[in-house]
This record gives sequence, C-alpha cells and structure tokens, in this order.
Amino acid sequence: MENVLEAKNVNVFYGDFQALKNINMKFKKNAVTALIGPSGCGKSTYLRLFNRMNDYIDSFNMQGDIMVENKNIYNKEIVVEELRKKIGMVFQKPNPFPKSIFENVAYGLKIQGVTNKAVLKNAVRKALQQAALWDEVKLDLDKSALALSGGQQQRLCIARTLAVEPSIILMDEPTSALDPIATAKVEELIRELKQKYTIIIVTHNMQQASRISDYTAFFYMGDMIEYNKTDTIFRNPQYERTQNYITGRFG
Amino acid sequence: MNNSQINRLKDKTFNYFGIFCTLIGLVILAFFIGSIFYDGLRRIDWDFLTSLPSRKAEKAGILTAWVGSIWIVIFTFIIVVPLGISAGIYLEEYAKKSRLSSLIEVNISNLAGVPSIIYGLLSLEIFVRLFGMGNSILAGSCTLALLVLPIVIVATREALKAVPHSIRAASYALGASKWQTVWEQVLPASFGGILTGVILAISRAVGETAPLIVIGALLYVPFTPSSPMDEFTVLPIQIFNWISRPQHEFTINAAAAIIILLLITFIMNGVAVYFRNKWQKKINW
Repeated sequence: MENVLEAKNVNVFYGDFQALKNINMKFKKNAVTALIGPSGCGKSTYLRLFNRMNDYIDSFNMQGDIMVENKNIYNKEIVVEELRKKIGMVFQKPNPFPKSIFENVAYGLKIQGVTNKAVLKNAVRKALQQAALWDEVKLDLDKSALALSGGQQQRLCIARTLAVEPSIILMDEPTSALDPIATAKVEELIRELKQKYTIIIVTHNMQQASRISDYTAFFYMGDMIEYNKTDTIFRNPQYERTQNYITGRFG
Repeated sequence: MNNSQINRLKDKTFNYFGIFCTLIGLVILAFFIGSIFYDGLRRIDWDFLTSLPSRKAEKAGILTAWVGSIWIVIFTFIIVVPLGISAGIYLEEYAKKSRLSSLIEVNISNLAGVPSIIYGLLSLEIFVRLFGMGNSILAGSCTLALLVLPIVIVATREALKAVPHSIRAASYALGASKWQTVWEQVLPASFGGILTGVILAISRAVGETAPLIVIGALLYVPFTPSSPMDEFTVLPIQIFNWISRPQHEFTINAAAAIIILLLITFIMNGVAVYFRNKWQKKINW
C-alpha cells in the first residue's frame, strides 16, 4: 500500500524539554494507525504535528520534515488553512460550536466561501450520514448542538470534519470522554471510514487499538519504540517494553 | 465556656456584624431614594418632561437635558463600541504575550481608575481646542467615550477569555483563519458578556457631570440640539444647576430630574442583567 504521510528525523522541543526524539515513520493510505504509549510519551504532540496545531504553543520548536504528498508541510510557502482542509482533526473532548447542528457541520464549507444553500444542505446531509448520525438528528438540524449527548456530539464533530472532505483524519483519544456504548459506535464508524480515509488515532485503550487499527506504534518518553502491524505488536512484540505496556505491567 | 462554645459565639457575632454591614449601605440608599421620591415624584408630569428650562421653577422642564443626554449616549455608544471591542479583541486574541503587552494591560486597568475630571481637562485641550470641536455634543461624546473605554476593553477581554480554548482549536482544525475564528465563533459566543460591559459603561457615562462641565457644556440651554455639532446640556448638569440655586422650588425640580436619571440608569442596568442571564442560559459549556 501507498504511503501518504511521512515523518523524517523529527525532533520536537518545548523550551529545553525534548518531547520527541528523532522519529521516522511512514503512514499507509486507507489504514488506521494507532499511536499508543503512557501519558506524556509524546504521542499527542506527534499527532498534532500533522495539522500544525502545535504552532499555537509559544515554546514549541521542531526540527525535521513532515511530508504530505511529498511536500514538507513545515515549509514557509505552505498555507496552514489549506493544509487543514486536507487533514482533519477530532479532539479528545467533544467540542461542538454553540450553534445549531446544521451550522456546526456547514461551518467548514462556509468559511471556504460556500454560500449556495442546496450545496450546503447536501454536504451536511452526506457528512451526517457518513458519521452515522443522520437518522438521529435529521428532524433536529436547527437545534443547538450542545443539547446532544456526549456520544452524539463526538459523532457530530466527526461529521463536521468529514464535511470538508479531508483525506487524512487525526483523532486524539476520541472516545476517552464517552461511555462504552457511544465508544462502540465511534469505533464502528472508524472501521467504516478507513475505506475512504487515512486515520491516525491516539488512544490509551489497548483493546481499542487492537480492535480498530491496522498498524500500531508504541511511544515511550519521546522515542518511537516499535511500529508494526497491529497483530504483530500485540501478539509478538519485539521489545520487552512494548510487551510490558500492552499487557498492563506498566503504564 | 469551653473552646468550641467560644468559637460558636465568634461565629454568631460575625454573622450579625455581617448583616449589619450589608444593611447599612442598603438602608442609606433606601433613605436617599425615599426622600428623593417624596420631594420629586409629585413634580413629574408631561409638562416637566416637555418644557424648556426657565427662570421660574414651576415652569421649568428637562426637555433639553434629557434630549441632550440621549444625543450624548448615542454618540458615546457609536464611538466606544468599535474602539473598545477592537482593542479587547486585539489584546486577547492577537497580541503576543510580551513585556510591552503586559505593560499596556496594566495601564488600561489603571485608566479605569483615573478621576473623570482629568479626562475633562484632557478633552478640553484635545477635542475642544486642538480639533476645534468646541463645546459640542461630539466633543462631549468623545470625552465620555474615552472615559468608559477601559470598561469596555476589560469587559470584552473577560468575555473572550470565558470562551473555551477547544472552540478555537475546533475552528482552526477545520481550516479557519484567525479572523474567521474570532468573527464566526469566539465573538458570537462572548456576545452576551461584551454587551453587558457596553451597557454598564454607557450607564456610567449617562451619570457623568464633571468632565462635561470642564469641556464647557452649558448650564442653560433654551433649545434642543439638532446636530452633533450643537451645544448641549445633560441631565446631571441640569440637576447640578438646580441644586445650586437658593430657592426651594428648584430643589424639588432637581429631585424630580434625579428620579428620571435614576430611572434611565436602572433600566439600562436591567437590560444588561437580562442579556447576561439570557446568553448564559443559552450557552452552557
């Protein structure tokens, strides 16, 4: 399979603290890649490199290249807003805008200048269907998104991301604030989405990583320890540290 | 008495002392309002609101004063809203954290504490003389706008701060620029707080007297202003004028005018509270 994303010799510093140490990784197209590791290992920092969300942190400093479609996204001529249309992100806590469901999903297109109501309506419907939320909200599109349950809010956030039609979706512990039933729905959704999208997901949940991902990378103290097919990582890890982490002996 | 009984006694003592402290302000205010209403209420009628000022107390009205106050409020609003909100947005969303920006922040808070007469002197030199506005409504509005500008800036910043960071992150992650994020998401979400600050600032401006006297607002105006370049008077100045006369009838006129002024500020504060509650209920993070 084709690689869509590549990290080359990536080092990240927050002031004097080195959060990521010389990371080299290639991500496969239309696959789910899970990033696992104990808190503070750098996996979220790593994920946020791909849509440049770390840029807002004052002490953030990075060396190395992140290649998307053979272009380094940290080059000066890259327009960050354009990059983020190609690489969407779903956050840890559901963060719908305090607006209607429709407005939430349409926002990404509206800021691109789409004003045609029929186009917006179609896009909103399509995105909500893809996120398996349409049947639950189709009669309430004008209601406030804040009135939805946590699980529905998170699927709304996924729909909002899909509406912009990205090719890569980053997910930062998307189910950590959800109950088991809502989590199962989101996981099922992720499995469906990988037909069309490349997904990179940070998770603290080992079972989740083994259930939904095709590839898994284990991070520890800023190092990428091991990266392989999920089956191999969970059945036959090369390093003892990986073995200890996935079996819950430390973490 | 053992130790815990003593502690209980202290507890009770402070409780009563606290009630006393709370009531003392309210009682004095109630007494003040009561005596104003006793003096002034019977003087208020349609003629009082629609008559020009006069040397005869029983014929004198507050038409020019309240019309002047409304002119002043409108122009102060027009000037202070774009300035204050823009400055607040800049400081909160755009300015990089540096020594200079924290120096500016401290000084904006300090400005809110500068005595209003100082603003009057400043405006007399700048707006009235240097810019040649004369003692017009425009000069008065500029003065008051300057005076309440810090209130609007601080209120805007507080309201923007209350919007969770995750909302901004969500907007950026969808490809929005900073301006789009502020304009489409952060400002609407903080609108209630900003509006409350603006209304409180304006109601402060309605009651100001000293800076307007310094820039030359008139004590006696026999006409209602018809343009922002006209000379003017406002309610607090009319009150000040009547109070300073020896005849008792004018004191009654002043009491009646105070009731009208209080009514205006109470209504404005009420509107501010209404908007705050309405918007807080709507947005429950």
